[in-house]
Amino acid sequence: MTTIVTENCIDCRFTDCVTVCPVACFHHDDKMLYIDPDVCIDCSACIPECPVQAIYEGDDIPEDQEKWIEINAERVNGLPVCEEQMEPLPGAEERKTALGY
Amino acid sequence: MSTLGTEQNPLLVAIVGSGPSGFYAAEALIKSEIAVKVDVLEKLPSPFGLVRSGVAPDHQKLKQAIKLYEKIADSSDFNLIANITIGIDITVEELCASHHAVIFTCGAESDRKLGVPGEDLKGSYTATEFVGWYNGHPDYRDREFDLSHDVAVIIGQGNVAADVSRILSKTVDELKYTDIAQHALDTLAESKLREIHVIGRRGPAQAKFTPKELREFGELTDCNPIVTEQDLLLGLESISELEEKSNVASKKIYDLFCEFSKRDIDNNKSKQCIFSFLMSPKELVGDSRLEKIVLEINSLSGEPFKQSARGSGKMIELESGILFRSIGYRGIPIKGVPFHESWGIIPNAKGRVTDNDNNVVPQFYTAGWIKRGPSGIIGTNRACSVETVSCLLEDLKKLDNGIKKSGADAIYKILQSMNIHPVNYDDWKKIDAKEIQRGEPKGKPREKYTYIDEMLSVTE
Repeated sequence: MTTIVTENCIDCRFTDCVTVCPVACFHHDDKMLYIDPDVCIDCSACIPECPVQAIYEGDDIPEDQEKWIEINAERVNGLPVCEEQMEPLPGAEERKTALGY
Repeated sequence: MSTLGTEQNPLLVAIVGSGPSGFYAAEALIKSEIAVKVDVLEKLPSPFGLVRSGVAPDHQKLKQAIKLYEKIADSSDFNLIANITIGIDITVEELCASHHAVIFTCGAESDRKLGVPGEDLKGSYTATEFVGWYNGHPDYRDREFDLSHDVAVIIGQGNVAADVSRILSKTVDELKYTDIAQHALDTLAESKLREIHVIGRRGPAQAKFTPKELREFGELTDCNPIVTEQDLLLGLESISELEEKSNVASKKIYDLFCEFSKRDIDNNKSKQCIFSFLMSPKELVGDSRLEKIVLEINSLSGEPFKQSARGSGKMIELESGILFRSIGYRGIPIKGVPFHESWGIIPNAKGRVTDNDNNVVPQFYTAGWIKRGPSGIIGTNRACSVETVSCLLEDLKKLDNGIKKSGADAIYKILQSMNIHPVNYDDWKKIDAKEIQRGEPKGKPREKYTYIDEMLSVTE
């Protein structure tokens, strides 16, 4: 069981999720966020916070998003922890609309 | 005197309660740009509040939030003063004199009542008592729960109701390698329960479980999750609630109920956990103890997302020897601190405590369930505490009245004069190590001390 950030986060990076993470397990690059599976406690507090529903927990991950399990686990290495909300990326609102949210 | 918030004159903050919101408030203060000293006051000898004594023992992963709290506690700016009750050992006035600011993070310790006849019959309990009992909370150590009946009823459909129902539905083998208290495991081993009814006043589209908690009922080794198809029929308003994209969690819950309803009952399993909807208890009946529950059938009325349950006048009876209510929680007032009676919280604006006339009370702040009511999960409290601390830091100038404060020293002096010995974080680490050691031979992550005297004897 693991909780992961998926495709919808790319170019949005709203970071609402990080404010409710009890263990500071989010990392970021300049595109999106990732969850460190070794730190995450699967509490699922972050899931309803995402304005574009990019976060899934283990049993709910859609098949076409399963590759993100590995990507999250790999990408967190060396990337800074994101503990506080940041400005969404430029164009995030437009992307959110395009995604249908 | 140097400016408040500098090394020479650090901001002194007392935090009342060492649960998640207390620790997240401490974290936000310690990480801020100013110099602080944080004293966290705790009623029990053990810290971590509901992560230790609320989160269910079979959810060990969630309890790993404690790892972060341990890191916060390692900071030289953090100090734990435990086994101290505010309002009894130390007054709120004394805290105000010793510290620049006080943050109340003492949670919602008491249960909302059903308000029906028979509520206080033997056999009718609060979820709080049961959760505290199986988690080894000293206040509930000596409660006795008679599980010699066939049928148990849980009133409420939130995550606490799910925890209580799941613990009752599990076998001893599913629990024995958790940190469940031994006395609870021994009682559960003798349980004769065959039916566990989980009853909500509204419909399946309004149940407040998280999908993850509900899913666990489908994975129990000796218990079938039961939902009847009839119970899953929805009105138009509920259908439109589930169609709303942002309401994805309720949709998942409804889908899980549908999945449960389509399952064949596995006759090899000895227990059934039955989810029922649109019913409210009207009376608990019994001579010397609970024998049956009179339930009124409800219907929903109102706009989508504002639907409330209305009694239809039609009653049904359910024979049951034990009932747990989990219909909401409220805080307990502290002497000298404003309290909103009907909401059961400390009134506040973004964490600044306010009085009855909505005026901000200087020095007083609040976070967590006592600030916003009993909603959200562990992480929700982080955002909540960060909001409170940012208000507190904005008020820095107002908090400086030019009088030198003594912080923890003043508290220790008062306690010493009363011959009270508080438990500090190093003492707790000894208790913690001993509990882990006690758990090892049983294959448990820890065997908790459930009496305060036992904990204190370890620190000596």
